[in-house]
Amino acid sequence: MLNNSFQDPGLSHKILNQISEYKKELRIMEVCGSHTMAIGKWALRKLLPPNIQLISGPGCPVCVTPVSYIDALISLKSLTITVFGDLLRLPGSLTTLETARAQGLDVRLVFSPLDALKIAQKQETVFAGIGFETTTPGIAHTIRLAQENNITNFSVLPAFKLIPPALKYLLLADDVEIDAFLLPGHVSAIIGSNAYSFLPAQFDTSGVISGFEPLDILLAIKMIIDILESGKNAIENEYQRVVSPSGNLQAQNIMNQVLYPRDACWRGLGIIPASGLAIKPEFSRFDATQKYDLDISYYEPPSPCRCADILKGKILPPQCPLFADSCSPAHPIGPCMVSSEGSCAAYYKYER
Amino acid sequence: MCLAIPGKIIKISQDQGTVDLGGISQEVSLTFIPQVTLGDWVLIHTGFAINIISESDALQTIELLQAVYAK
Repeated sequence: MLNNSFQDPGLSHKILNQISEYKKELRIMEVCGSHTMAIGKWALRKLLPPNIQLISGPGCPVCVTPVSYIDALISLKSLTITVFGDLLRLPGSLTTLETARAQGLDVRLVFSPLDALKIAQKQETVFAGIGFETTTPGIAHTIRLAQENNITNFSVLPAFKLIPPALKYLLLADDVEIDAFLLPGHVSAIIGSNAYSFLPAQFDTSGVISGFEPLDILLAIKMIIDILESGKNAIENEYQRVVSPSGNLQAQNIMNQVLYPRDACWRGLGIIPASGLAIKPEFSRFDATQKYDLDISYYEPPSPCRCADILKGKILPPQCPLFADSCSPAHPIGPCMVSSEGSCAAYYKYER
Repeated sequence: MCLAIPGKIIKISQDQGTVDLGGISQEVSLTFIPQVTLGDWVLIHTGFAINIISESDALQTIELLQAVYAK
């Protein structure tokens, strides 16, 4: 399998040696939970020299889903609620979907939004529409199928998030220090590398799109160093076997047909302008927000959890007082511990 | 959450296909990759093939790596 070629320890060692020649401080933020997991799994943080810091940004759509979203789902007592597995243990203001299910709520895990549509052929079903650009086209396609086949039992509660506006937000925030981005591989498979051209043009910031094998990530870091040393900011693409400059146009078209940009609440970060997608009026009968008159306003319950600072890269998970103490994957308090790809869960598994 | 796994296309029927995931076969939607052909490697995410993996681009990256680092 080709991927094995991207795990060659000999080559990794040689790239690491070259990376180690760079002596300046360098803070690289990854904004993809799968990168966070790969960095932990392959112990890359420990292998890199201490002047090169990898910090984990808001790379997991589950972790940034607001409390009120879970509350809204739990309020739908008489329906079948279909979700991706990651969402089950995300705390709402009072409880989780997992606990609500134990108390009788009909919550079902699905692998694909298409599975939710099948269930909707028999009973009133809502699908939790969580995801970045990787996941959203499939959900948009499912909404269009529901329209074409007149499956009126189906609706989606949208909490779609977009990565480029989040990058902009992080760069504009006073308290976030980032020298360059390790850009997400599978989000970029959809949106393409051109979608990041605003980073060098408007923010004098560089980024490299990376795959998920250890050599991919190390090579991307080396490419970031080369860009910084050249003195000219740029976006480069290490993951060319999957990511093209313009991305997947079919997937983009379906998203544009069904959804439109709107301000969105990011747990821990607040409201980011035009960083989410809502369902267009012509598909409104599949919009659970309208169908069931749900309010998903921004609300952060008071908590000593420091996920907000972790999402901005201000602290690392072990610096949170709850980490691996009262907060663990079995009993998550903060959202970053919930999903297996959350920063805290990745640190809990690999870096304790 | 954006986890995607590679699989090889073994059957195509309009915008639906079957992929081989190392011995397990699974149905996937091919709606985002109409240009797909039998034998292509694709990336699968939540029941959808989101892109074709370019073998030639992968080999090119490996060759580049070896040319620069395998000295």
